[in-house]
Amino acid sequence: MERNEMLLRVLDLRKYFPVRGGLFHTVRAEVKAVDSVSFDVRRGEILGIVGESGCGKSTTARLLLRLIEPDAGEVYFEGLNILKVFSAGMKVYRRQVQMVFQDPYSSLNPRMNIEGAVAFNALVHGASRREARAKAWDVLNKVGLHAEQFGRRYPHELSGGQRQRVNIARALVLDPKLVLLDEPVSSLDKSVQAQVLNLLQTLKHDLGLTYVFISHDLHVIEYLSDRVLVMYLGQIVEIGSAEEVSAAPLHPYTQALFASAPSMNPDERIKRPPLTGDPPNPINPPSGCRFRTRCPHAMDICASDTPPLLPVGETGRRVACYLFGNGKDFSPSPPLHRSQVQVEDVANPISQQVQG
Amino acid sequence: MNPTVLEQPRPMQELLEGPSGKPMSYWQLVWWRLRRDKVTLAAAAVILLIILSAVLASYLAPYDPFQGSIRKRLAMVGTPGHVLGTDEQGRDMLTRLLYGGRMSLVSGVTPVLIALLVGSTLGITAGYVGGRLNLLIMRVVDIFFAFPSILLAIAISGALGAGLKNTMIALSIVFTPPIARVAESITTQVRGWEFMEAARASGAGSLAIIRHHMIANVVGPIFVYASTLISVSVIIASGLSFLGLGVSPPNAEWGLMLNTLRGSIYVNPLVAALPGVMIFMTSMSFNLLSDGLRDAMDVRL
Repeated sequence: MERNEMLLRVLDLRKYFPVRGGLFHTVRAEVKAVDSVSFDVRRGEILGIVGESGCGKSTTARLLLRLIEPDAGEVYFEGLNILKVFSAGMKVYRRQVQMVFQDPYSSLNPRMNIEGAVAFNALVHGASRREARAKAWDVLNKVGLHAEQFGRRYPHELSGGQRQRVNIARALVLDPKLVLLDEPVSSLDKSVQAQVLNLLQTLKHDLGLTYVFISHDLHVIEYLSDRVLVMYLGQIVEIGSAEEVSAAPLHPYTQALFASAPSMNPDERIKRPPLTGDPPNPINPPSGCRFRTRCPHAMDICASDTPPLLPVGETGRRVACYLFGNGKDFSPSPPLHRSQVQVEDVANPISQQVQG
Repeated sequence: MNPTVLEQPRPMQELLEGPSGKPMSYWQLVWWRLRRDKVTLAAAAVILLIILSAVLASYLAPYDPFQGSIRKRLAMVGTPGHVLGTDEQGRDMLTRLLYGGRMSLVSGVTPVLIALLVGSTLGITAGYVGGRLNLLIMRVVDIFFAFPSILLAIAISGALGAGLKNTMIALSIVFTPPIARVAESITTQVRGWEFMEAARASGAGSLAIIRHHMIANVVGPIFVYASTLISVSVIIASGLSFLGLGVSPPNAEWGLMLNTLRGSIYVNPLVAALPGVMIFMTSMSFNLLSDGLRDAMDVRL
């Protein structure tokens, strides 16, 4: 039976960072890091968030935990608006939603041994020293680090993969319901990545967790996620199940993203990269659709109005692009597989199909 | 001939990384490295000797530091009965140097301790809270920082008047700003490390985070910086006494002794230089000790 209950509901989340300058640190401009982002996280799923560096994925994760205070929007966790609670409520919330950080080297206190680092979370929430220690040992064993052997060690005595396991253990010691993972495997070797990913899957299955998994690595997202959310320059451009999005990406940015991932088959070569240039400055993003400056299908309407995230088809797929939605009956065209990408292909008759 | 890969010889490697084997905490590692640094150990031994001799002055000194005989004034070093000679009032130099050590050490070390306490509180608070409070505290600190330390010490000392207590107050004020600055800088750095975010994400309150995570990381560099200030403090304290702004006669204090022996420098130069030698040795030893401490703490993690 499918458990589709909404664990987390995000509505119109917004965060603009002020750029200060001048003699009195006046606000000169704003970096629109996260701009009206809305999505749901269902219980028991793995939601992958993918996008380029600087698109706002890490900021979104921190906004969900209120490590950064949002400027506007609502976040409902199990029905409760967590942006309105005070410190006692936040403590309860933080027990149920935890985060695994990206850099295994700086995310552990170099002056604390790892059982202390993991037990700290339990201590904070009222466990006695002995209980906290026992809990820490228990969870360290679960992530595959022998507590008797590793507990007294310090971070500088562990490898990157081991440190990341400690990170995961630290996030799990409070039995959270939702775990946010901010690029947890990005700084690890490929072989270690595979081990950690498998560990994450095992833990999710054994402990009944829900993940929000942020990454810029498409292969990892495809491998792990149930649903995928694609972000560009602070906005969501596409949401859908992992199979659908990777097999037939709809939004031109998603298409380019998947097309630019190198293939495992050495015979498939990308003739020319489908996406050129750098993303525009988030301080002054393009009007209307933010991708239009790099989009091969840009139309006049793209410059005047921002395309809303509208459903396409019946499967809960949503795309923010004027090529779709608005009642247009869209049937997926031949998928733009990596092997087929050339610049000529990208300027291809999807637009003709929709209009015709 | 086999081309061999040049490996670092084991002792060097251990010096960089520490011994392999049982896990060591950071401080254990520092202590282990300190123990192998010969120069630092020697400097520590000298300081220990000076401190001990100052503390036990009343037992070690052969004469009364205030009792002098005009007939025996300015005796040479090595005169029978007066190993280090006598000063211009006939008081035994060895005795005066031993007792003088007390004053000099106290007026050298205490201000740094006070500044350490006050400065780190200010700096850590400013660094952790950030924002406007940080700006406010740092601007005030910068005002004091604009003055060269000796001039500031003289100005404050002159305003407060002579005396040991006033000297220590003046020096505390002089040393608080640099320590506050270093504390704020380190705290701001540590605050940006991801494990601090992780600590906040665990739901802990600010005080718990500071206590468990921040302090241990911040204390090291601040302490090392403060220890470098001790050698400066000893010199400035003696300097203030030399100028007449510190301890007043007939108390024994190295800087003061340099002043009173100034007139006799052509008569008995060796004896006139002795207090200076003591100041130099003390200051230099603290300097070497703090350098060694800094090197030991520079562990590659």
